[in-house]
Amino acid sequence: MSDDIYREIILDHYRNPRNKGKLENADVTVHDSNPLCGDEIDIHLKVDGGVISDVKFEGKGCAISQASASMLTELVMGKDLKIVKDLKKEEILENIGLTNLGPARIKCALLSLKVLKVGMVKYYSENDPQSAEQISSESSLY
Amino acid sequence: MQRSIVNSYELRNDFPIFRKKINGKDLVYLDNASTTQKPYTVIESITDFYSNYNSNIHRAVYQLAEEATKMYEQSREKIANFINARPEEIIFTRNTTESINLIAHSWARLNLKKDDGVAITEIEHHSNIVPWQILSQEIGTRLEYVGIDENGFLDLEHMIELISSKKIKLVSLSHMSNVLGTIVPIERIIRIAHANGIPVIVDGAQSVPHMPVNVKNMDCDFLVFSAHKMLGPTGVGVLYAKKEYLDKMKPFLGGGDMIKEVFKFHTNYNEVPYKFEAGTPNIADVVGFGAAIEYLEKIGMENIRKHEIYLTDYALESMLSLKYVTIYGPRDPKDRGGVISFNIADIHPHDLATIMNDHGIAIRSGHHCAQVLMQRLDVPATSRASFYIYNTKEEIDKFVNAIKEAGRIFKI
Repeated sequence: MSDDIYREIILDHYRNPRNKGKLENADVTVHDSNPLCGDEIDIHLKVDGGVISDVKFEGKGCAISQASASMLTELVMGKDLKIVKDLKKEEILENIGLTNLGPARIKCALLSLKVLKVGMVKYYSENDPQSAEQISSESSLY
Repeated sequence: MQRSIVNSYELRNDFPIFRKKINGKDLVYLDNASTTQKPYTVIESITDFYSNYNSNIHRAVYQLAEEATKMYEQSREKIANFINARPEEIIFTRNTTESINLIAHSWARLNLKKDDGVAITEIEHHSNIVPWQILSQEIGTRLEYVGIDENGFLDLEHMIELISSKKIKLVSLSHMSNVLGTIVPIERIIRIAHANGIPVIVDGAQSVPHMPVNVKNMDCDFLVFSAHKMLGPTGVGVLYAKKEYLDKMKPFLGGGDMIKEVFKFHTNYNEVPYKFEAGTPNIADVVGFGAAIEYLEKIGMENIRKHEIYLTDYALESMLSLKYVTIYGPRDPKDRGGVISFNIADIHPHDLATIMNDHGIAIRSGHHCAQVLMQRLDVPATSRASFYIYNTKEEIDKFVNAIKEAGRIFKI
């Protein structure tokens, strides 16, 4: 029920998103939207030596999509870019504490993960074409 | 406050879906601008058709086919009578969208030319925008938008200015906004357009189900609407057009039933309206639509309109008592249909719809297939509650309480 979804932490990330804004000198920027409800997410990545040295997001949409994007940036900041390919949707839903969403709202929660995965593949194909193909094939969409 | 003479409490028993529970609660269905629920009479008429009359129409000479043909054509007569048209002016399509595309394809594409203007408005549904964009790309017509003011009323001066400019050759507009509920002064616009020799298409998807619509009084050239928004089945739409237009229009789809004689390299087409109904139509659902029309006529369209004014008035008053609610569109229920678009502080419509669902309440959230209007209102999305004959004052109370509940959850 809604009280379990819209907990303090979700509302906090919705109203005070972390790592929100544009990233100057980003190595890669990816945009996607959910045509059903109009949620939009842009993710900017700065990568140094294979590590996500900075990540920012821009977006508009529901509390679930925006809070999960904010929490995702916190999760991957400073991590090896390669770990993105192994991120599973269950982990993300658990990370944001939303394991009981219906099929329509799950898409809101996972939009930022989808954008991040596309960003990772795009980074490798632009900067490391040799490993790009392998990473792309190993990375499930979710 | 005006009283309603429709007994919605009693009417609800005619609709099997209201026995359903959502999250253990009675279903409160407030998405009627999207589609409406079906009474037993409609559901049973479809079962009855398949059980007792099923056969293809217009061709075969055995009794079953003659009975099926009669039922199909009786529906056409009921619908013609419902809007005060003649049966041969009623074309069955799949939905309002297909009806508009039919006009764009079979009339506009052949009668308009490069640089001719097509005037639509900022309140249009995508179905009355995209076909005209496609036409522009195909033959170079120019699309012109008539704007709205801050209360959601059409900029009538701009409309008149456009019509009088001689650049416009076709006006196509919604009779009632599916987002704001705004009812446009359609008769006045048609009068002015006709004085300038311009035909008018009326999108009646929202108006025909909810208020009396009379094509003779209105004098529109085309009227389009859908069965499923007025208690009928999905998959049936109507195109009404004055016979003088239908006679001159080219076919939309070619194939069976729309022909008189077929030769190796040419075909003589069937007469109106059959010329525009290629292939086996949606016979059973057309029959079901006839049952829906009968149901609506028994209640009376004037009474339905009054009931919705009553509900809208009550809902607007209750909602406006909450400081954090923003309502879009006209304030006076007499200027609008039973459609209320709104936003609540910083709660996104999808989050609100999720909270409403906890209480068994179905509302719509999103852009309502009207992104041009969303851009004009400068909002990404709105929530929308829309009413029909079976909605009650108690349901409005539940809906307003759920808004308060959302306010509590979001700590507003």
